[in-house]
Amino acid sequence: MSSTLNVVTSQEYKYGFVTDIEADSVAPGLNEDVIRFISAKKGEPDWLLAFRLKAYRHWLTMTEPEWAKVEYPKPDFQKIVYYSAPKPKKPQYASMDEVDPELRRTFEKLGVPIHEQEALAGVAVDVVFDSVSVTTTYREKLAAVGIIFCSFSEAVKSHPDLVKQYLGSVVPSSDNFYAALNSAVFTDGSFVFIPKGVACPMDLSTYFRINNKESGQFERTLIVAEEGASVSYLEGCTAPQFDTNQLHAAVVELVALDRASIKYSTVQNWYAGDKNGVGGIFNFVTKRGLCKGKASHISWTQVETGSAITWKYPSCVLLGDDSIGEFYSVALTNHKQQADTGTKMVHIGRNTKSTIISKGISAGDSSNSYRGLVKVQPKAEGARNFSQCDSMLIGQSCSASTFPYIEVQNRSARVEHEATTSKIGEEQLLYFQQRGIPAEEAISMIINGFCKDVFRELPMEFAVEATKLLSLKLEGSVG
Amino acid sequence: MLSIKNLTASINGTPVLKGIDLEIKAGEIHAIMGPNGSGKSTLGKVLVGHPAYEVTGGEVLYEGRNLFDMAADERARAGLFMGFQHPIEVPGVSNAAFLRLAYNKKAEAEGRDELDPLEFDDFIHEKIKLVAMKEEFLDRSLNEGFSGGEKKRNEILQMAVLEPKLAILDELDSGLDIDALRVLGDAVNKLQRPDRALLIITHFPRILETIQPQFVHVLSGGRILKSAGKELAIELEDRGYDWVLEEAAAGGAR
Ligand SMILES: Nc1ncnc2c1ncn2[C@@H]1O[C@H](COP(=O)(O)OP(=O)(O)OP(=O)(O)O)[C@@H](O)[C@H]1O
Ligand SMILES: [Mg+2]
Repeated sequence: MSSTLNVVTSQEYKYGFVTDIEADSVAPGLNEDVIRFISAKKGEPDWLLAFRLKAYRHWLTMTEPEWAKVEYPKPDFQKIVYYSAPKPKKPQYASMDEVDPELRRTFEKLGVPIHEQEALAGVAVDVVFDSVSVTTTYREKLAAVGIIFCSFSEAVKSHPDLVKQYLGSVVPSSDNFYAALNSAVFTDGSFVFIPKGVACPMDLSTYFRINNKESGQFERTLIVAEEGASVSYLEGCTAPQFDTNQLHAAVVELVALDRASIKYSTVQNWYAGDKNGVGGIFNFVTKRGLCKGKASHISWTQVETGSAITWKYPSCVLLGDDSIGEFYSVALTNHKQQADTGTKMVHIGRNTKSTIISKGISAGDSSNSYRGLVKVQPKAEGARNFSQCDSMLIGQSCSASTFPYIEVQNRSARVEHEATTSKIGEEQLLYFQQRGIPAEEAISMIINGFCKDVFRELPMEFAVEATKLLSLKLEGSVG
Repeated sequence: MLSIKNLTASINGTPVLKGIDLEIKAGEIHAIMGPNGSGKSTLGKVLVGHPAYEVTGGEVLYEGRNLFDMAADERARAGLFMGFQHPIEVPGVSNAAFLRLAYNKKAEAEGRDELDPLEFDDFIHEKIKLVAMKEEFLDRSLNEGFSGGEKKRNEILQMAVLEPKLAILDELDSGLDIDALRVLGDAVNKLQRPDRALLIITHFPRILETIQPQFVHVLSGGRILKSAGKELAIELEDRGYDWVLEEAAAGGAR
């Protein structure tokens, strides 16, 4: 009776199918002409092309970051397809019925509601397929209260001034290697604007899907909540199963003005590669929120389960006095997955508060790192941070690391950091089994207990999904 | 109910059980005593299917079935229970949720109705009375931060919920205060029936005054060296284990 640990783990990735659909793509490779092509294809104004070219020229001077605890073959940026769009029968879909039936079936299979009638009660959805936004539901209903929720490309056309005002205001195009690349070649994404005093009446959601084998996905999301406005935004993602790696380099910018609140939740389930680490998405994402106004509030909740490599640090810049930043994260890695994820909380305003709760779960041969920075600037009188970073190991050959960086330049600040590492070992499992509970259910119960503080931050339906997803991802890793 | 024949087992290649023979019938209460490190807990863990132990020989029949053909959780649902010497802590998992899942798994296996959270709430309130446990322990994380005695109380609560056919209680008495020992001893007695059996592992005769065994066995060096009636427990208390070892070495009776 050898160890029950490490037996299987091969719950197949059920989103790994490819949709056979005609796509309108540019040849692989990157140069100024490709950027001009993308911009022209989208009928963009000159200022946006200039933004892209500036970012591109800066990107050429940059090198890929090496500091993360991940190892991977560097992507060949000349082999990537920077624009791929499902070829529409007509240039614009007037209604869902005009969407290619093959594409509609894809989203049905994924369980993403793109028909308003079938939509989840109270969730408006924007769907991005490869580089292009396919549909946005409930738009009219939202417009009635002044909310703008549409694809990024559309926002550029219909609300250019808003886009121009806020694009790059939180993540400058020169911010980092992948943000610069995204700024040069981003194709679509979502745009949300909640006007002054409006509480968004439903959760907004974007569903991202990479379909094309060679295409990278470079989406751009911008959410602005004006004074006293509030919104809860959900992001989900999957990709087909290929034996090559695809690059996903997104940028998400959030802006919260006085007393505004933005809650951003992600369940990331990009294809993670197979058991031997072949294939999978390289997920290099820059997400940052600016608490610009007084008493503004930005909260990131993420459940990261997919991707071969995850490099992602949803952050908050706490500029306004009394503003609050939160980061709740569950990152699960299995097999050969590698994740280096965490957050940055930059306290600039007075009495700013931040909370970091990070739960890392590693199984198989995976590597899972938390990397977080808490920075208190000189003027951040009375700033407070609480960080809790817990790691759980399943089996013998995985690893977990924690890299907390703390820089405090104001003596009145209070920064607390707690960290624990635990193991789901044989003893714990035997205890459950001895009470008649099968190993799989035991793991699911232990993991849910471990992640409880994060899951309770998720909207109800997402929390249920996340719970199931974690169990699925760990199926057989102990058994 | 349980029939152990020449059972040998090792951990990390080191033999710990070196030929155990033991017969437990329905309605019986057995006690196992013996020096530290003699293999008492090991015997229990092997019986309930701890994966770290390798069974190297012998045979165990549980209600006529080969015990080693059953997975650990299957053994539990078939009525085998072990109250652990050192119950493990599980942060974030509520005690009540754990108890309910365990109850429902067994109910499902036996074709009985599962209990929803409200029904279970009524059910568990009767059970906690039996072990005099405070309600607040139901909402706490499973064993997390429980004192040694509280953990033992929680083990007996689980036993009361699952009503096992054969319960192995490993040092239930260690870490218990005098009152708790009496309460839990009484609870175990109340749970005992003619169709159930108990195997009590202990160092002290005191608990055997409440839970009175018909058989006391001395386990030493991975073997049962002596078996007798409950008077043996008292004799061991007075004389220690050396004489048993000497007797055995001299080829004495078992
Ligand atoms: N993981 C292990 N590796 C090596 N030896 C082990 C391991 N686990 C237990 N042992 C050894 O097996 C022997 C039997 O241990 P066991 O816990 O069964 O003793 P016990 O009779 O219950 O003792 P106590 O009265 O102290 O509880 C001991 O010598 C112990 O050191
Ligand atoms: Mg012991």
